[in-house]
Amino acid sequence: MEQNFVYDLIGENLIGYVIVAAMPLMFVLVYALVAILGELKISAWIQERLGPMRTGWKGVLQPIAEVVKLLQKEDITPANVNKPLFNVAPFIMFTGAYAAYAVIPFSSVFVPSGINIGLFYVFAVSAFAIIGIVMGGWASNNKYSLLGAMRAAAQMISYEIPIAIAILAVATLAGSLDMQEIIKQQAGGIWNWFLFGGTGSIAKVWVIPFTFALFLIYFIGSLAETNRVPFDIPEGESEIVAGYHTEYSGMKFAMFFFAEYSNMFVVSAIITILFLGGWQSPFGDFMNGPVWQSIWFISKAMFFVFVQIWLRWTLPRLRVDQLMYVTWKVMLPVAFVAFFAVAFWAMIK
Amino acid sequence: MIETYLPLIIMLVFGFGIAVVFMLLSEWLGARRFTPGKVSTYESGMPPRGTARERFSVKFYMIAVSFIVFDVEVVFMYPWAVQLGTLGISAFIAMMFFIAILFAGYFWELRKGGLDWD
Repeated sequence: MEQNFVYDLIGENLIGYVIVAAMPLMFVLVYALVAILGELKISAWIQERLGPMRTGWKGVLQPIAEVVKLLQKEDITPANVNKPLFNVAPFIMFTGAYAAYAVIPFSSVFVPSGINIGLFYVFAVSAFAIIGIVMGGWASNNKYSLLGAMRAAAQMISYEIPIAIAILAVATLAGSLDMQEIIKQQAGGIWNWFLFGGTGSIAKVWVIPFTFALFLIYFIGSLAETNRVPFDIPEGESEIVAGYHTEYSGMKFAMFFFAEYSNMFVVSAIITILFLGGWQSPFGDFMNGPVWQSIWFISKAMFFVFVQIWLRWTLPRLRVDQLMYVTWKVMLPVAFVAFFAVAFWAMIK
Repeated sequence: MIETYLPLIIMLVFGFGIAVVFMLLSEWLGARRFTPGKVSTYESGMPPRGTARERFSVKFYMIAVSFIVFDVEVVFMYPWAVQLGTLGISAFIAMMFFIAILFAGYFWELRKGGLDWD
């Protein structure tokens, strides 16, 4: 159904499928290096430091040095851990983090797997991270790890509900769970994005506060899903050392780390798709070719990655009870009210 | 239909494969110097006391139960959400009735303090 430019070039055969499956991998590896450098440099600028300066021009080779360093680290498996689970957990995190890229459309002519339940698939795959965290934390047989894993699981499942409702509201607006279809419905410039209620007459202005609320709920929830500040309680170093990955070292630690950065892009991409028109140009048909689309998509998503890094170095950490208060007593009712309004609008329009 | 899922499955295999490659690389490049202190459980430098296999606060399980209730409801609502345009007003009212029942349970849990952390 979806056209994919790779299939036009080589045909829809096994080689084509493998190339399509490998392309996001190239993107993820480059993105991870950029994100690590971004984290180091942005944190430095926020704190009026220079950040890494010695590896390459102004320290741009720092992330590569970090990867080499992590590869050379000793992989320690503590004596008291549950070895099978301890070793499998990072693989689950890593595979789950990469699997979400399968349905992210980078352009109108490229989506790795154009399945018609893309949104639902992302929602399902994001649960991989919870399993990986609980598995790793419990198997470590360390009190910090266990507490960190339990907190992470409680936090992630709690915030998944408002997120699911925000996704549901967009599904009612778009009438589809297909990523490409959702983006196509937001064609025609910034005013038609689901952040502003989607396409429709001027009568849609009353629904804009509700879509905006859902956008904020999704963004806040996604911060909690990726365990980023202000929701990094599972890794709160002042209380529980490093949380669920306390006992991990070397490459296994790097996999948890990589999964976090990878998930940062996934949630940013989903925000972009759901509310900011995905690969649609903000100016309607102006600057809206297949290449422009991927530039728009990646810039919008990277903007949200930047906001996440920015927040990390700006906000303090919440307490566990505050965290649970926010999701169960504020975000859940607000999300349902906003969902009611948006579903009503989707039905009458 | 099934062809659209093929790249997805290949990607799952790829994701796992890359992780294995990185692990093998680190096995090959990584240091290996055994000391007994290194493999003991980390407890801020103190000798570890007991294990982590003990009873755990029930609050986390309360959250899990509430999650199951809401998440299953929300998952049931997805097919309805996609078809809302064709189903029309009666389906909308039916679902709002359902959400009202769900919220009766929510407010009951709220009043009983099931959602308080402390």
